[in-house]
Amino acid sequence: MSKSIPSQPILQVENLKIYFPIRRGFWGKQVGEVKAVDDISFAIEKGKTLGLVGESGCGKTTTGKGILRVYQPTSGRIYYKGTDIAEMSKAQIRPFRRQLQLIFQDPYGSLDPRQSVQAILTEAITTDRQRHSAAQIKARIEELLQAVELDLSMSDRYPHEMSGGQRQRVGIARALACDPELIVCDEPVSALDVSIQAQIINLLKKLQHSRGLTYLFVAHDLTVVYHIADVIAVMYLGKIVELMDAKDIYANPLHPYTKALLSAVPITDYAVERQRKRIILKGEVPSPINAPAGCPFHPRCRFATETCQQAMPKLTAVGGGHQVACHNLKQVTD
Amino acid sequence: MMQNFNAESFKQFLRVFFGRGILVQISLVIILIFVFSALLAPILTPYTPLEQDLTQMFANPSAAHLLGTDNIGRDFFTRLLYGAQISLVVSLLSSVWAGVVGIILGLIAGYFEGLASSIIMRVIDAQLSIPSLIFSMVLGMVIGQSIPGMAIAIGIGAIPSYTRMVYGMVLSLKHNDYITAAALVGQSETKILLKHLLPNCFAPLIVIFTMSLGTAIMVEAGLAYLGVGIAAPTPAWGVMVSEGYKYLTQHPRLAILPGLCVMLVVVAFNIVGDGLRDALDPRLRGKL
Repeated sequence: MSKSIPSQPILQVENLKIYFPIRRGFWGKQVGEVKAVDDISFAIEKGKTLGLVGESGCGKTTTGKGILRVYQPTSGRIYYKGTDIAEMSKAQIRPFRRQLQLIFQDPYGSLDPRQSVQAILTEAITTDRQRHSAAQIKARIEELLQAVELDLSMSDRYPHEMSGGQRQRVGIARALACDPELIVCDEPVSALDVSIQAQIINLLKKLQHSRGLTYLFVAHDLTVVYHIADVIAVMYLGKIVELMDAKDIYANPLHPYTKALLSAVPITDYAVERQRKRIILKGEVPSPINAPAGCPFHPRCRFATETCQQAMPKLTAVGGGHQVACHNLKQVTD
Repeated sequence: MMQNFNAESFKQFLRVFFGRGILVQISLVIILIFVFSALLAPILTPYTPLEQDLTQMFANPSAAHLLGTDNIGRDFFTRLLYGAQISLVVSLLSSVWAGVVGIILGLIAGYFEGLASSIIMRVIDAQLSIPSLIFSMVLGMVIGQSIPGMAIAIGIGAIPSYTRMVYGMVLSLKHNDYITAAALVGQSETKILLKHLLPNCFAPLIVIFTMSLGTAIMVEAGLAYLGVGIAAPTPAWGVMVSEGYKYLTQHPRLAILPGLCVMLVVVAFNIVGDGLRDALDPRLRGKL
């Protein structure tokens, strides 16, 4: 199914599904499955950032970790630089392993409490199975600490001796130590203070610029994603419902879920905030164990019709690289 | 043991360790005395533990016999010193071998879920359901009432506590993000086990190790007392209690002194174990 596209994306995901079996009883009989990621496709071009947004439990983190093969995809293809890595064995994936890195959500749990910064980075540098002299490692650690704007004196610190922002910088440095091409950022700022969030986002942008990195940026905070992403994909219950240029998310949101999501973003200007019209969704997000048939959003959608209950709408291009999965786009936009 | 044990952090280690109060210091002194008397027993006393002097039965403490003599005129102080030697050897041997086997089994069972894990843990559970003293008694009789035999028998009884502890720790630790991160930078599974999972089990392991040193001394004495451990006339503390209690009313020191030795050493090991746990934890190092 690989089409010949002039500028080949660095990562192309096709029909990715990640289901988790639910097992019960003594024999571990499978009684159901959680469709965490259900048939999604997207592509990221080199040097760009794809923002993946959605609420808790919509499968955005699972998507990111599935691409890194932390979770085994149930089906679908993941083309990294044209090679399908979805089904590769551990040995086969080794040459790609270090090119795909992850920045974690939790800066506390992602660093080994018994390793100093120096030990953490040394490990990441030396696991490439090449020879490194002590001087080379030292120089590389200094270079990495400078890249993430940490003081060189930090290298003797242990994780518990650092702030959340500093730890997150160490996490970024560890990812960079592998000379990655694609980094999955799994809500890298959601555990940080707002002031630190901005610093980390700007650092990520700077690194992207200087090192030509490609990001898959997972977040639930629309303003953060808007700030860093080139393309934004909105996920709901394991499916991508809208895919658009980042500038379009505020200018021209089309899917009813995207609209509701946007209307929930508070505005700091009090006068404007008073005027803000909120779209209140009824009900709760259905469980991904028995997701509704058809469009997953239909039980909560004002515009739902019978078609929505039966068939999942396809992501359809509406021009300008904007894709929406909705049967009733006409009514929604009016 | 620790990956970057430089002079600075060693100083901090000592500060935290000795900063835990007078009890730790006393306990450390007790253990040092225990170890030194075990090592230097032949130098510290002119007698041998088996030498009898039938003219001096039940002699009271004097310059010639610091703690007197026992029922067949053997120097009691000498026997206590040599008893320390036996306790030390048995407890170290049994704890080290139980630790090595138990930790390896626990790491494997915890990290690789599946058939291997089920088999290991069910065998361990089965062993836990047998009272360890009885288990060691039977084993001791089968393997033989020698010092290495005792170490093996007592050690087997201690394996489950290591395995269960490491298994539980690894089960929870391996879901930490830093384990995922190590796998993502290309670290091998063996290295992840040894460099990340094992060091993070150290704190409770050290406590278990020191406690099992104490327990081993106690079990060894218990078995000897019951007559299925190291056999008389070897001067093991348990043997001495079991021989001495017959004269409890006339010469209480014969039973009480070796019992007191067992108690002091066991308690000292436990307290030092607690101190070590705090001092080895980098999260506490800066604070205490």
